[in-house]
Amino acid sequence: MEAMSFGTFIWTALGAFLTLATFSFLYKDNPLYKLAEHLVVGVSAGYFVIILWHNGLVPNLFSRLADGNFYFLWLNSSKWWYLVPALLGIMMWTRFIRKWAWVSRWPMALYIGIATGLAIPLEMKNRVLTQLHSAMRPVDWGNFLGNGFLDTAAGFSQVIIFVGTISALFYFFFSKEHSGVFKGVARFGIWILMIGFGASFGYTVMARISLFIQRIQVLEDFTNVAWTTDRGIFLVVWFITFGIFVLLSIYEIVKYLNRPRSVQ
Amino acid sequence: MKRQLPLALVFIFGIFMIIQYFVPHESSEWVFEFLLDWIYIIGIFALALGIWSLIRVSWDKVKYRKENWFYSLVTLFGLFAMIVFGFDYLRNFQTAEGLQNFMFRHFFDYIMIPIQATMFSLLAFFIASAAYRAFRARSLLATLLLVAALIVMLRFNPYFGPISPYLEKTASWLLNVPNLAAKRAIVIGVGLGIVATALKVILGIERAYLGKD
Amino acid sequence: MNIFDRLMSVDRRWVFLFLALVCVITYVAEFPVDITVTYEVENIYDFIDTLDPGDIIFVAIDYDPNSLAELHPMTYALVEHAWRKELKIIFTALSQNGPGMADLAIRQISDSLDIPRTYNGVEYPAREIVNGKDYVFLGYKPYPALVIVGMGQNFRIPFPTDYYGTPLDQHPMMKGVQNYDQVKCVIDISGTSGVDMWIAYGQTRYGFPLALGLTGVMAADYYPYLNSGQVFGIMGGMLGAAQYERLSGNTGRAIDAMRVQLYAHIVIILFIIMGNVGFLMTRGHKEGL
Repeated sequence: MEAMSFGTFIWTALGAFLTLATFSFLYKDNPLYKLAEHLVVGVSAGYFVIILWHNGLVPNLFSRLADGNFYFLWLNSSKWWYLVPALLGIMMWTRFIRKWAWVSRWPMALYIGIATGLAIPLEMKNRVLTQLHSAMRPVDWGNFLGNGFLDTAAGFSQVIIFVGTISALFYFFFSKEHSGVFKGVARFGIWILMIGFGASFGYTVMARISLFIQRIQVLEDFTNVAWTTDRGIFLVVWFITFGIFVLLSIYEIVKYLNRPRSVQ
Repeated sequence: MKRQLPLALVFIFGIFMIIQYFVPHESSEWVFEFLLDWIYIIGIFALALGIWSLIRVSWDKVKYRKENWFYSLVTLFGLFAMIVFGFDYLRNFQTAEGLQNFMFRHFFDYIMIPIQATMFSLLAFFIASAAYRAFRARSLLATLLLVAALIVMLRFNPYFGPISPYLEKTASWLLNVPNLAAKRAIVIGVGLGIVATALKVILGIERAYLGKD
Repeated sequence: MNIFDRLMSVDRRWVFLFLALVCVITYVAEFPVDITVTYEVENIYDFIDTLDPGDIIFVAIDYDPNSLAELHPMTYALVEHAWRKELKIIFTALSQNGPGMADLAIRQISDSLDIPRTYNGVEYPAREIVNGKDYVFLGYKPYPALVIVGMGQNFRIPFPTDYYGTPLDQHPMMKGVQNYDQVKCVIDISGTSGVDMWIAYGQTRYGFPLALGLTGVMAADYYPYLNSGQVFGIMGGMLGAAQYERLSGNTGRAIDAMRVQLYAHIVIILFIIMGNVGFLMTRGHKEGL
């Protein structure tokens, strides 16, 4: 691997330091972790402001108000009506002033009206109609047992999908008491739901472990590059950074093992 | 005006958007695009509220030297540093050169990414701890959940010899059959809930978004 | 206090340390793991592989650094595959920190294509990736549902300019490209609820082929859409990324990480079994009193 420049080394060392500072929370909450936590909150907020400005306000509002075809006072635009949404947007800020907070309801109402109106036909079609249509496919009775072990295209699998979907929907119907046949169907439904949640949980474990593995990969990258660099000082800086955390960890483990035990 | 006008606006625009979906006429599309154009701008101003809240709360802590006020100073430093870099050291507000500013990119790559990624990677340890202390097969339902989870977790494990391919197929079947049925039921239920809530909002039955007078 | 009571009251930090050691040791001990490819990932690979040079695909990078571990390898494998095939890509980023992730990915993948490589026995020469010719990065706008719907009318409604401030019409590849009709497929790589927006407001309304790259936490929830045909493929978590890397012959971070996944899963399962054995034993002990 190519030796990195001193500047890149310092930035990568900063990233590694902040990674280890955040990991230190696993031992206990400490000032380094708090520093990293508060720093990221500020940096994220500042980043978002810049993105909203450069990607939002400049192209969608300011550029249109300065396209150079119409002059009125300072305004230099042929699309002066874009001042109206800007004004509506500023009216949102009255939410912080108790006396004028009611003014923010108007632009909020515009947004909510548009969003809810858009949602109704699309969510109905997407989540309800298309899914119901897919649940009502004809069962392949000729291939009921399928080819091979637990064939997902087999007839019995299709029956389980159909019956499972209906049963799970029965479980969520609380307007009627779950008794008799209804109770039996709802019980099958909750079994299907538990299997579904179990599958999600299995995937979740993989997801969480992946997050940690990636951090190991990044720390390994940094170690590799620091090791292969031709400047000894890089190695010294890296070992000091990493060494501090290792020594602190060993100290805390020893302190924990030698803690005074209560007499029982 | 304080409550009736917003309710009327929600109703008018809500009904218009529902009808617009079914009317592909040019004038309907034109009004639709016009409204969308406005909404993007209004939405951006709305998001600025959150940033102002953060600045106010952090400055409050620093000003009155409340507990851990130093960390709020760190937050404010991070926020204003990114703003300065993002505007190319406050030299350029009109073009997007700040997005390619060296410090702006490096703060993102070497501060935001490591800290945010590491914070979420702590969850790997918490799930291990939860697996040890909390995941109990106390009932048939919990056992079903755990068994399904174990099969999915072991799906690509080669250490079970001749059973390994069957584990893989069982995991695949679990995902594509019972899991599909369960999630489909949830999707349908959520869809009906969304439609019902949206209708309640449009018809003015649900008014929580108006807040208090 | 018997052995099971002691085991149940172990400080959780020992559990953390054990898991960390297993992961680090397994990572250092390099050994291959066989990855079985599933149909949901193969569908995406086959779709991209059968497109012609010059075809345009749309890649939505809708994730934040917290999902980077699973979704970045997917993005790399997919985008590199697409650029090797000389497809053109329109990027967008509809999550809060997505623009930074997309900017980073575009820079790094462009750099990786600067050297010739061989994948699946085919030699690919070095090529320069040019903004405006090989890709356009639209950037970010808030409220993904409205942006997705707006792009369905015309990309220029929500995005008059790209992320870098250049008007879209100044990019050669955007000539004649109005909306999703000129795009062969949309691939949403997401760790947020933006996926639901793409399915409902994008695919349902405009009918384009849609594939998803999801975190493991979300992957199992989207099988109904795969079954109904609303989505033609799903890459789920790091396993999905590893499968795509294997198909494209591009061994990357995801395949590298799968051996650690293997042992980490075994550790978690052992913890679950130990916890349940301890629970049964302590419960039996208490009932016996």
